[in-house]
Amino acid sequence: MAEFEPQIVAFCCNWCTYAAADLAGTSRVHYPPNVKIVRVMCSGMVNPIYILKAFEGGADGVLVAGCHHSDCHYIDGPVKCDATIDSLRKVLHVLGLEDERLRRELVAASEGVVFARIIKEMVEQLKKLGPSPFKVRMEALA
Amino acid sequence: MEEIRTGVYICHCGLNIAGVVNVEEVARYAGTLPSVVIAREYRYMCSDPGQDLIKNDIKKLGLNRVVVASCSPRMHEPTFRKAVADGGLNPYLYEHANIREHCSWVHEDKELATKKAKDLVRAAVSRVYRHEALVVKEVPLNPNVLVVGGGIAGMQAALDIAGGHHKVYLVEKEPSIGGHMIQLDRTFPTLDCSECILTPKMADVGHHPFIELLAYSEVEEVSGSIGNFKVKVRKKARHIDESKCIGCSVCEEKCPWKTDSEYEMGLTKRKAVYVPFAQAIPHLAVVDPKLCAYIKSDGKKCGACIKACEAQALTAETLLKQTDQIVEFDVGTIIVATGYDQFDPSVIPQYGYGKYDNVLTGLHFERMTCAAGPTGGKILLKDGREPESIALVHCVGSRDQNYHEYCSRVCCMYALKYAHLAKELTKAEVYQFYIDMRCFGEGYEEFYKRLSEEGVNFIRGKVAKITDEALTDEEKGKLIVVSEDTLLGKLVRVPADMVILCCALEPRSDVEKVGSLFGINRRADGFFLERHVKLDPVATPTDGVFIAGCCEGPRDIPDTVAQAEATAAKALSLISRGVVTTEAAISSVDEDICHGCGRCEEICAFHAPKVTSKNGKLVSTINEALCKGCGACAVVCPTGAISIKHFTQDEILAQVAALTEVS
Repeated sequence: MAEFEPQIVAFCCNWCTYAAADLAGTSRVHYPPNVKIVRVMCSGMVNPIYILKAFEGGADGVLVAGCHHSDCHYIDGPVKCDATIDSLRKVLHVLGLEDERLRRELVAASEGVVFARIIKEMVEQLKKLGPSPFKVRMEALA
Repeated sequence: MEEIRTGVYICHCGLNIAGVVNVEEVARYAGTLPSVVIAREYRYMCSDPGQDLIKNDIKKLGLNRVVVASCSPRMHEPTFRKAVADGGLNPYLYEHANIREHCSWVHEDKELATKKAKDLVRAAVSRVYRHEALVVKEVPLNPNVLVVGGGIAGMQAALDIAGGHHKVYLVEKEPSIGGHMIQLDRTFPTLDCSECILTPKMADVGHHPFIELLAYSEVEEVSGSIGNFKVKVRKKARHIDESKCIGCSVCEEKCPWKTDSEYEMGLTKRKAVYVPFAQAIPHLAVVDPKLCAYIKSDGKKCGACIKACEAQALTAETLLKQTDQIVEFDVGTIIVATGYDQFDPSVIPQYGYGKYDNVLTGLHFERMTCAAGPTGGKILLKDGREPESIALVHCVGSRDQNYHEYCSRVCCMYALKYAHLAKELTKAEVYQFYIDMRCFGEGYEEFYKRLSEEGVNFIRGKVAKITDEALTDEEKGKLIVVSEDTLLGKLVRVPADMVILCCALEPRSDVEKVGSLFGINRRADGFFLERHVKLDPVATPTDGVFIAGCCEGPRDIPDTVAQAEATAAKALSLISRGVVTTEAAISSVDEDICHGCGRCEEICAFHAPKVTSKNGKLVSTINEALCKGCGACAVVCPTGAISIKHFTQDEILAQVAALTEVS
């Protein structure tokens, strides 16, 4: 049987982490292809529904990444994002999703290497955790 | 509703994409997706023939949505939006899939990379289906410019813009303009005197009819956006009447209170009331309220300056009653040129700065060799003797994992200049301790060669410590520079009377505050981040805000001046166009659903939403001029009444759903 390949959806701020992922590209820093990026204008734009939708669709992990707190293009988007993530964690808990499946990171535009490292770490971690229990349940229902 | 007809274009980018991703397969797959009427692959979509494919298909096939899968949208989204607009469609009916930076350049497995490219294209097709046409509005641009920082960069930018007869507000936090450059003695490699080339520029700035100089002032608040910024500046109290002061310095002569002179790097004293230096612009006295006995005693002690001032610029009133003023004005563009701080070498205890009197920094040496400086241009030890040997230590705080990893770029050259001046002004033996000599500019390598012939000793190695613990008679009474000599492969101990630490240039201590004030991001090293390191080096992520000089990283005077002129060109180009386009992807409210709860109003950092009563019902309305489209309001809206155009819930949910589908 083929090894389990986790699916990751990453919501990345246009100004920092999306640019960091671009920098990883221009610097040819390789990372596993398990991640797919949704470009948002600010991490503070990420609605909890988007994260739930990703898990509902079968994502094994979700990354929400944006600017460091001092760098926000919109003054305090990362603070707002932190609050969203904190409150959503409780909901994910109720749904039986482990904490590690939702990752919140601050990655500046210059940190292409950091972005690649985070994806590698997440993929390793999710491989150990196995498929999302949410996905397993949805498949059983279907 | 009209039928959605989507065209999908997969770019090879030569072999950059096609070398890893099977572009033909991705195009075939795209052709099977709902709403897609044409899917093509092409070698270079950004080329004119590539763009023509899109324009022709829009006309011939009646496309009303377009997806290009190529490089990062940060690179070519504007290109393809324009192509779509040229083809007769609204530019917002376009979506970009990033299959180069986020796919072919970071993944090796061709099969998996192709699969990921398909997923990204599928998600883009799904999202573009839901895009709506948006209108970009044009608003007039205020032609006035704010320049922050009165060093060589800020002055050059201000003079260039004012030369085009546009008003410039130049804000400098110190009592005089001039910046670090006015502290320098001679400039490498030509050895022309810094003051001689700078003071005429300073005078021009001071007298220019189109420059309003706000010295001893700091920007406190900036709001608005490109074209229409509102600026609030705190003009600190000088405690003199500026309209009467003639800068004669008589008050300074009579003032009995002394402290270290900032301008002279503490090599001499200044008074509580002082003119910062002989050529200061504006040429006015300033009172240090922390030192002035009259102010501290609330008028009970001293008052020597009041008696001395014939012009009556200094009075009990100015000393005791004058307060900071807030000045407000509007500008269309902003140039930030806030410079650098010299690295404080006292954090490297083994170098003995602050412990040994004759361990000095570069700026101390600049003041010492300056004919108008505290020693009258003589290189002197603390006890007044002329040094018999001088050691120059390179890379203090630079190229050092413990402090700053970057190279400060100017130190090799100024160390060479110091060596030359030491040879010219003294009979001292001169030692250069360097890691690598980096002499890259015009005439720099030639200067290095010249110095090699002037009898300077070059020792290649990082200095380990500076000590006064003598091991031999020869070392007694001297500072001993302990270093490795990597060319000889051994440890050396060089006795010296004076040691100059060539310190790193580092970000200003208030760089974080200034960065967030103007919306400028910072790099990992702390300096301001340019929009694109190669192709947009003076722009920042905030439209209309430009950066010049050492606030963007260490650089020498020629590079700083060139960059300052570049920012002026950017500002002048905006001014000559006269209008700016407003962000179209902003917040909007569905008034039928809105309950007027006001959570949007609470969360918005830009005060864009406002709850008002409309026909007896509380609803939120968005001030489009203030909204930046960050989307925070839509997240907290409990009814879903608020959405961000181009980033609607419907669009992002569709994109996420498509990404997690199995292709």
